[in-house]
Amino acid sequence: MTRAPTIAKRELTSYFYSPIAYVALALFLLASGVAFWDDFQPGAPAEMRHMFQWMVLLLVFIVPVLSMGLMSQEWATGTIESLLTAPVNESDVIVGKFFGAFCFFAVLLAPTLLYAVLLSIYGHTDKGAIASGYLGILLVGALFNAVGLFCSSLTRSQVVAAVASAAVLFIGTIVPWWAAGQATLGSFWRAVVDQCVLRRYEDFSKGVVDSGNVVFFVATTVVILFLTTKVLEMRRWA
Amino acid sequence: MISVRELSKIYGTVQAVDRVSFEVAKGQIVGFLGPNGAGKSTTLRMLTCYLAPTSGTATINGFNIFHQSEQVRANLGYLPESVPLYLEMRVEEYLSFRGNLRKMERSVLKKRIDYVIERCWLTNVRRRPIGHLSKGYRQRVGLADSLLHNPAVLILDEPTVGLDPTQIRETRKLIKDLGGDHTLLLSTHILPEVEAVCDRAIIIAGGRIVAQGTPDELRASRRLTSRVLIECRGPAKEVEMALARVSGVARVEIINGHGDSTCLAALRAKEGCDVREEAARTVIQKGWPLREVRLEHATLEEFFVQVTAGQAMGKTE
Repeated sequence: MTRAPTIAKRELTSYFYSPIAYVALALFLLASGVAFWDDFQPGAPAEMRHMFQWMVLLLVFIVPVLSMGLMSQEWATGTIESLLTAPVNESDVIVGKFFGAFCFFAVLLAPTLLYAVLLSIYGHTDKGAIASGYLGILLVGALFNAVGLFCSSLTRSQVVAAVASAAVLFIGTIVPWWAAGQATLGSFWRAVVDQCVLRRYEDFSKGVVDSGNVVFFVATTVVILFLTTKVLEMRRWA
Repeated sequence: MISVRELSKIYGTVQAVDRVSFEVAKGQIVGFLGPNGAGKSTTLRMLTCYLAPTSGTATINGFNIFHQSEQVRANLGYLPESVPLYLEMRVEEYLSFRGNLRKMERSVLKKRIDYVIERCWLTNVRRRPIGHLSKGYRQRVGLADSLLHNPAVLILDEPTVGLDPTQIRETRKLIKDLGGDHTLLLSTHILPEVEAVCDRAIIIAGGRIVAQGTPDELRASRRLTSRVLIECRGPAKEVEMALARVSGVARVEIINGHGDSTCLAALRAKEGCDVREEAARTVIQKGWPLREVRLEHATLEEFFVQVTAGQAMGKTE
């Protein structure tokens, strides 16, 4: 996988040429800024729990838009052919693309650090909780980007890729979050819902770094990336 | 250099390539010729390891396309048919990205980029985004990329499609210059291209190789007779009858005749006969002003039409 960094770098650079990436970035910052309003009130605890939780919900829609073109554009324009006829492995391509997208996600997140600075100026912040919140959001972002990359590798259409990954993330994140609030939920479904992204993320936003949760996010991300590599290998046998 | 054995590819139920075998020697330029949908691109994609063959095998530069795919690709320059490029990148930036993918050393890469940019006439656009370039320039960027690592083998899929006549001539000249140092396999459906640049042609139709050889060999193999064209001012019907009586003429065909004005006749001679002088004498004796007598050599085009039409008919039977 020695060629992955070259591909990651190209991918990251190409985000900065894409108007859609800027629109998504602006929307994300606007919405998370509004969510921060709740955290940034006189008398409220100096923490960012609200914003973090809202961020996860926002990312269900923002990440698919950012990741939709990762592979589908390569299929549509045919650049995949020149990419894979260079001495490059499928795993180089997928890992490279993933890290390129993940780095852009980190860029997207970076301006929100300003809120942490603001909080620490006006109050006594729990730095540990904020750090674990960011760790959690990075892990969630990694998982979401992997899902987006996977959906993007299945189709030549960016729109289809975006809708598909938003649907998957919606079912994996927002549906169980809504279901958890239903009192009539049976014990089996309660157990299922407890495995969902938001439940696992909650601990991070409270400042608890549970190794089980870290393993959950890392492992699912790796499995999805592995599957994406297989999708890419499949085209040779078409 | 390139050795292909019984290569086949089946897409679902469609046999795109059917037991294709051929060899390309070092330094040769070989044209891979066929009508659209004949299996040219599929064959090239298997050779460049983009697709896996259903059966059969091939080696490039001694490396097996299946088991040593990475070495094959490292020694290969490939220009895909659609010339896919990242449109947001600048020419120089793109070439440097491609060089890094190939793990080229920084100093070597810098020199090679300068070389291919000059070689492919890209000097005045080297800092322009590829998306702003015309089709002809993009084609050259693709070509520059395939030459970047100085590969022993170059595979070009329809390298002159979409270029204007001047660019086509320049590209063909470049390809011809590259032969000798590099082994070239280029696909095309333009016949003059093969006659202009290739040492050898492989004709493929319906997924199968229907003929291969040098352009001269191909012409000879089908005994394509040359024809004599005669243009004179005279009544078409009578001209036809008079010329048919000339000794050595096998067949007369009036290509173009308007009543009493000029008419153009094509004569097929019997083997070994030159009918030009006798035919001209006949026309003059009849009192029809002679405008032109021309011997037309058989073209590869006729050959191509014959073999590919035969193939198509064979399929429907």
